[in-house]
Amino acid sequence: MAQDASITGQPGTVEGLDGVVADWSGDKQAFPVPWGKAMMWIFLLSDTFIFSCFLTSYMNVRISTTATWPDPSKVFALNIGGHEIPLLLIAIMTMVLITSSGTMALAVNYGYRRDRAKTTALMLATAALGLSFVGMQAFEWTNLIVHEGVRPWGNPMGAAQFGSAFFMITGFHGLHVSAGVIYLAVIARRVWTGFYDRKGSYETVEVTGLYWHFVDLVWVFIFAFFYLW
Amino acid sequence: MNDVTASETAHEHKALETAGHGHAEGQQHPLGIYLWIWGLLFVFSTFSYMVDYFQLHGLLRWTLIILFMLVKAGLIVAIFMHMRWERLALKFAILIPPLALLILIGLMAIEGMHTFITRWGAFVR
Repeated sequence: MAQDASITGQPGTVEGLDGVVADWSGDKQAFPVPWGKAMMWIFLLSDTFIFSCFLTSYMNVRISTTATWPDPSKVFALNIGGHEIPLLLIAIMTMVLITSSGTMALAVNYGYRRDRAKTTALMLATAALGLSFVGMQAFEWTNLIVHEGVRPWGNPMGAAQFGSAFFMITGFHGLHVSAGVIYLAVIARRVWTGFYDRKGSYETVEVTGLYWHFVDLVWVFIFAFFYLW
Repeated sequence: MNDVTASETAHEHKALETAGHGHAEGQQHPLGIYLWIWGLLFVFSTFSYMVDYFQLHGLLRWTLIILFMLVKAGLIVAIFMHMRWERLALKFAILIPPLALLILIGLMAIEGMHTFITRWGAFVR
């Protein structure tokens, strides 16, 4: 009978590997989750491939160049009181993004508890942290372009590919953060006006959270491969 | 009169159903787990920053950076994005396709090294 479960089993009821077969062969909805969540996951999967292509091409140019690669530890150092502290701004940006991921996780939780005020406040806090992240990135870009002379086609510190890889990868990520801030603001407004109470479901807040956590997730990889490498 | 009461009770019942059941309402978990993961993400971020701050080099640096990166990514996907509590079918659909990227990374690494050797031979040597 256990074998039959994969053939006769209803999607969403059988567990383990048999459950995979039952869900895929159920001849109806494969994923027993709200369609918005399934679609967001599939979008994030495609986004994973985009960012991976950027990071892989960065790896490729970094391996293939015969010029020395500028030392990110020095390029992104911040001078505070006469001391060069390596990667300080990047460390702060990382912490800000993690904090925003935390507030977002709590927002999703309070959404399911139907706490409108807390959900709105936490989503707006998340958006504000995202905005400050973009602000710090603008500062970093300005510093690199104006003071360090980094251009997409070259820089005074070494391999010419440094600039194009940096602007492409962090720019695309910053674009995602900016879009996320707008997305968060729109959904937070809907939470506040009681849209999801009328709809009877706060799943949209969780779907928004998926997007936001993904932005944090991508930063984890950029931080490791671009800044620490 | 009777009709109104009946429909009111039905309405109340429906409201109770949607508000009461954790799983009917999607992903609901104790707040504590989020705070824990939040703290761990801070700790591991600090660790990976320390790798750079203390200027560790060579194999130790790469092992630590990749390790902390994977731990952080795992925590975000599993807990914050609730993947841990999703059905296996969704887990497979989302987590297996990115493995194809390992092939791309491997091929591009080989190609990059080939280009490096060619350039080195032609321009540097």
